[in-house]
Amino acid sequence: MSRVYECLTKIGETITENKDFLTDLDREIGDADHGINMTRGFHAVAEKVPSDLEDIGAALKKAGMTLLSTVGGASGPLYGTAYMEAGKVMAGKTEMTAEDFKAALEAAIAGIQKRGKAVKGEKTMLDALIPALDAYTAAIEGGADMGAGLEEACKAANEGIEFTKTIIATKGRASYLGERSIGHQDPGATSATLTLETIRDFVKA
Amino acid sequence: MKKLINEIDNIVDEMLDGMVAAYPKYVRRLEGLEVLVRAGGSEGKVALISGGGSGHEPAHGGFVGKGMLDGAVAGAVFTSPTPDQVYEAIMAANGGKGVLLVIKNYTGDVLNFEMAADMAADEGVEVEKVVVADDVAVENSTWTAGRRGIAGTIFVHKLAGACAEAGGSLAEVKAVAEKVIANVRSMGMAVDACTVPAAGKPSFDLAEDEIEIGIGIHGEPGTHREKIGPVNDIADKLLEKILAEGIYNAGDDVAVMVNGMGGTPLMELFVANKHVKEVLDGKGINVYKTIVGNYMTSLDMEGFSITLLKLDDQMKGLLDAPADTPAFVQM
Repeated sequence: MSRVYECLTKIGETITENKDFLTDLDREIGDADHGINMTRGFHAVAEKVPSDLEDIGAALKKAGMTLLSTVGGASGPLYGTAYMEAGKVMAGKTEMTAEDFKAALEAAIAGIQKRGKAVKGEKTMLDALIPALDAYTAAIEGGADMGAGLEEACKAANEGIEFTKTIIATKGRASYLGERSIGHQDPGATSATLTLETIRDFVKA
Repeated sequence: MKKLINEIDNIVDEMLDGMVAAYPKYVRRLEGLEVLVRAGGSEGKVALISGGGSGHEPAHGGFVGKGMLDGAVAGAVFTSPTPDQVYEAIMAANGGKGVLLVIKNYTGDVLNFEMAADMAADEGVEVEKVVVADDVAVENSTWTAGRRGIAGTIFVHKLAGACAEAGGSLAEVKAVAEKVIANVRSMGMAVDACTVPAAGKPSFDLAEDEIEIGIGIHGEPGTHREKIGPVNDIADKLLEKILAEGIYNAGDDVAVMVNGMGGTPLMELFVANKHVKEVLDGKGINVYKTIVGNYMTSLDMEGFSITLLKLDDQMKGLLDAPADTPAFVQM
């Protein structure tokens, strides 16, 4: 089993373990399907991505295409695009450096922003991912390795989740609630943070 | 949760096969896909394709047939279909005169249908799209994803479908769809929530004597909750918000749809419609045609929506044109 495949399946396990949690968060401000859809997507990822594929770029691209065709909703195109864009950065590589991870996360975020026409502060996954990227970048520029950088990224992402509780949603279905969306954490920011935490644990293990 | 199902994961698949088994004259299923197209194909006409999450039956597969849709794409329950499915629908339904995608305004639907349109355009297919956003419960501002698309979508299928059936060009069919979208407004309410099978519990909780005004067709919370009163009072509230749009005025001709959310008896829908007609009559708004029934449902949700469409002569002709589909037949 390749490292990248193992990491993807770990992300899938985390999502599956948190299926009900994510769905419950989505019930509060959305349509109660985020955990269900993401779990279905990652089950397909485990099946469709060849388990011995060493090319990280190819594996991420395949994972993205699989998410795109199995998740549905808004999460499918957004997560699908994120993995495919990260895959482009990693094309042909069989190992990932701290710098590579920064470039991949940057590309993933840029893809999400372009497809979702969203910016930070709209109560979306970007509110976890953008602070995570900033914290990660600062950490590795200060000499931290990938694991330590991810530690900082996860802290920032969790702060991002807390931040989403304080703001009004202006994108996606939650936006229809207006001020009633305040007090609830964003399911997308939560699944994005769970993803980063899984990668952190995988890298540090 | 009590549901008449086998495996939760097979609901959409089994439903589509069941529709084909019931209506082989109208629809066939693309092999291995969650797509229904016309059994007889769509050669030589502009093709209309709609779709969205499942759970809104008969929308949209029930409207595939002469005078309405050429293809319908079914996602998982309340979840937009994926771009690959929509793409295959476009390629299969394309009769050589182009394809119009009728999209309900939800972030997921718009994202997935747009990606599919891009993919089909890369293959040289002429694809246009319209986005239906008729739900007045949602304020249309830069602070939201825009108004939701709900039951008014059926009028887009009917009128644009009639235009396509009559040989209209892609531009003409799209223009009709846009005219309908500009003149159609809806608002719904729920007496009780729906239960998404995979979630296993109601999508929201209402007290015994409480209703939700402005509900979305996926059980999204509405504008507010209040104590239940007579249906006349509830209909008044929905109508008031629709009429406040300023589109429907004395002397205008309108089509009315009183649409059930899936769990409300027709008896109650007709009671509601009686009052809707009286209110519109009282305002001098002429009810040209009325449709009452379950057209854009929300699983087992109890509740209804009211839709008004302002009509001009061209639109009356398209509304009156024949249609022959599983869920809507008009001679």
